Amino acid sequence: MRDVAVIGVGMQKWGELWEKSLRDIFTEAATLAIDDAGVERIDSMYVGCMSSGLFVGQEHLGSLLADYLGVAPIPALRVESACASGGAAFRQAFFDVASGANDIVLAGGVEKMTDVDGGGATFALSTAADAEYEVYHGVTFPGLYAMMAVAHMNAYGTTREQLAHVSVKNHKAGAKNPRAQYPFEITVDQVLNSIMIADPLTILDCSPITDGAAAAILCPLEMAEELSDAEPVKILASAHATDSIALHSRNDLAWLSAVEKAGQVAYKMAGLTPKDIDFAEVHDCFTIAEICVIEALGFFDKGKGGTGAESGETANGGRIPVNPSGGLKSKGHPVGATGIAQIVETVEQLRGEAGKRQVEGARIGMTENMGGTGGSCVVHILAKA
Amino acid sequence: MSTSARYWRSMPQRYRLEAAKCVGCGMELFPPRQICPGCGGRGFVKIKLPERGKLLTYTVIRVGPSEFCDETPYAMGIAELEGGVRMTAQIADCEFDELKVGMPVKIEFRKIREEGEAGILCYGYKFVPER
Repeated sequence: MRDVAVIGVGMQKWGELWEKSLRDIFTEAATLAIDDAGVERIDSMYVGCMSSGLFVGQEHLGSLLADYLGVAPIPALRVESACASGGAAFRQAFFDVASGANDIVLAGGVEKMTDVDGGGATFALSTAADAEYEVYHGVTFPGLYAMMAVAHMNAYGTTREQLAHVSVKNHKAGAKNPRAQYPFEITVDQVLNSIMIADPLTILDCSPITDGAAAAILCPLEMAEELSDAEPVKILASAHATDSIALHSRNDLAWLSAVEKAGQVAYKMAGLTPKDIDFAEVHDCFTIAEICVIEALGFFDKGKGGTGAESGETANGGRIPVNPSGGLKSKGHPVGATGIAQIVETVEQLRGEAGKRQVEGARIGMTENMGGTGGSCVVHILAKA
Repeated sequence: MSTSARYWRSMPQRYRLEAAKCVGCGMELFPPRQICPGCGGRGFVKIKLPERGKLLTYTVIRVGPSEFCDETPYAMGIAELEGGVRMTAQIADCEFDELKVGMPVKIEFRKIREEGEAGILCYGYKFVPER
């Protein structure tokens, strides 16, 4: 396999983008990435999108978006793995370049979630859980993560306040991110006293409904200098693992096996350990998710993830900064785009272009993108070339 | 809108708690599968699940999906049955503040939801605290 680099990234401000369509927001992000790389052609593209069929009534995205980006007839494919669709699309682009099949490949992600009402969005998202044995009975995604939180609190004594600290920490980071949907700080009291969604999770434990897109341009590392003036970032590892999508089928309701497995594969591929990672962008769709993920990736011992945000260890400037972008919580969570936005942040951090969010001495960054309650997980490790 | 086939084919599980027991390793599977996740075996006998178990975790859904909007707030949990099968269901006839991990529950046949504009009644299992 060839070594692969990221030579361009692009992302607009996320939010409730009522005046723009799915194809508009994707084309904007993709154009920014192409211009950032300075390339004059694209050989193929992959687009992560979870549920354009349910959110906007549109399938067949690969061809539609290639057409609107003006790059048809290149091969273009939509990739789906629930909320890990973006990470999965990036992984397909990595293989496309690594294999030698194509040289300049675009990996994008998009989700247009506000064209349906709250009930419609809840339904579309619920399709990432087991339709016949979870959703049929009335469970929601906040409800599933709430049950993981109760299991974690019961097993390890994790506190309600520790959950809140994750949200407070990510909003503090996101307040410095001009592209975040909710770029403002919040307090522990505000989290605890906001509307209860599924006990013990309040609305400020939950990532929002968001319209957004993001894109990255990949090429062989050896061609990066010739193709682009941008500082290349090398992909050290790409890993993917699966687990049952029904939470109840897992032996340990407070442990994310797919995250653990993808992390192990990624560390091995890169020849690294958790101690070598300078910062991580992880899938904090709910506060409890970040706590479970930082344990499964080996940054914290099993059961100790609750101390991460509370102690400041996962804050920017702490032992292992987690979600310097603001994470899904503050930046927003257009589900199919999230995995690519994690790549965008990581590339900007490694280039030293993250402005007020810059992690000091960032040389190696990790992204962790997760589908459903952890039924799929995609992990990448990137480094300064 | 889904067709009736999608509903009636799962009646053995939802109405009668039918599960499969692997001939190779004895693992109990709900719903039944064609390949045992424990040993890879493909031979099964049909069993009926026990109607008792204990709660492994729970929550109270305050904001529900559209089919359950009129039901909120309602409790849900994951229970492990005698024999090891785990399932997700609503917890009926309970006070929210009595819910706790390890609580014994029995499984009862109940109405679950109304589907579509015609309000077709859909049934299945719910947990009820054992007192």
